[in-house]
Amino acid sequence: MVNTANISKELLLGILETVTDPEVPVLTINDLGILRDVQLKDDGSVEVFITPTYNGCPAMDMIATNIRLALAEHGIQNIKVTSVLSPAWTTDWMSEEGKRKLKEYGIAPPQYSSGHSRWPNDNVTCPHCNSQHTNLISEFGSTACKALYQCNDCQEPFDYFKCH
Amino acid sequence: MNNPLINYLLHLADTTLILSHRNSEWCGHGPILEQDIALTNISLDLLGQARLFYQYAAQLINESKKAEGVKAPSPQGERVGDEVNEDTLAYLRTERQFKNLLLAEQPNSDWGQTILRQYLYSQFQQLLFQQLQHHNDEHIAAIATKSLKETNYHVRWSSEWVIRLGDGTAESKQRMLHAINELWCYTGEMFIAADYELHLNIDFNDINNRWTEKVNTVFAEAALILPSGGGGAVFMQTGGKTGTHTEHLGYILADLQYLQRAYPNSQW
Ligand SMILES: [Zn+2]
Repeated sequence: MVNTANISKELLLGILETVTDPEVPVLTINDLGILRDVQLKDDGSVEVFITPTYNGCPAMDMIATNIRLALAEHGIQNIKVTSVLSPAWTTDWMSEEGKRKLKEYGIAPPQYSSGHSRWPNDNVTCPHCNSQHTNLISEFGSTACKALYQCNDCQEPFDYFKCH
Repeated sequence: MNNPLINYLLHLADTTLILSHRNSEWCGHGPILEQDIALTNISLDLLGQARLFYQYAAQLINESKKAEGVKAPSPQGERVGDEVNEDTLAYLRTERQFKNLLLAEQPNSDWGQTILRQYLYSQFQQLLFQQLQHHNDEHIAAIATKSLKETNYHVRWSSEWVIRLGDGTAESKQRMLHAINELWCYTGEMFIAADYELHLNIDFNDINNRWTEKVNTVFAEAALILPSGGGGAVFMQTGGKTGTHTEHLGYILADLQYLQRAYPNSQW
């Protein structure tokens, strides 16, 4: 057990910012807006608040485990991971840094705010060649948060992170 | 357990779990890869919703047991004693204790029937959750708000398919008409309040009217007609909400619950 006097909220956030999404490993839980808060209790225990992206997202259990592992590596053992539903997660919480990393990874980041109701989203930019001549193949992609698009210029299929 | 809220949560959880299970039976069997993935995505969304409703029901059940002084729940939260959790509620109740809609348990036949079942339910769920997101129980409101975003996808996807198949080939139209005849008698139950739903501030008449209007619009675009001209003449089956099911539910539970029944408390 580490001396809890040395643990600060900043230190905890620094550790948590290294935890990545198992399905999109270039994104940290902070980039995605999944990490809501962390609290250091008087008894030295730590409570981490996360919010699910989609209700059935199978990555959430793994993310909770990875949070525990990351904190445990720094000697923090009394950890509680709490899932908060309200306010509901939205892609508006994804950081600009996160969107940049997504595109670099080959996934088109959400292009509109979550209130955008037009579907399919128009002019989704191909993450490979930046063409806007793209079309929707399927609203449901490899995971619940993505849709499958194809580029008419470079012909590559790609995932688009849906506005949610 | 006579608490109406707990019964209602179990009803919502059971319906989403059973429909999720039915859709998951299509995994690897969808007509094309993209649609196979779409339906399994919907299954996952429904399963996620079921978990939230079961978790909240379990919390209320444990609290009420504690208040009644029934054997104190174990502090570890393990599956011992009288403590319940989302898993025990899903895996260790019998068909007479399940409160899901009859519509959800109807077996898969062809793709058109699966699409129609999803559409009829998702359209209902969308209108229900639009009401529940303003419910005076904050936890139910939070689950409904969160889930509604997913339900909107389900309605869009399934209604587009209803239109494509209804207004498609002679064969696809025939199959959709057959599916309507098979499933229509299970739709009335959605709007008939069970005893435990009577005082939960849910306006079933309003949902029923809006649902009928929406379904009529989609069916008109799909060039499909309701049974007997309007559907009003069909005798509506009920019972699912209070545990009287069609013969199909027992088979689902045998499949779903086998592992926990054979190897109690096993985990992975
Ligand atoms: Zn391209």
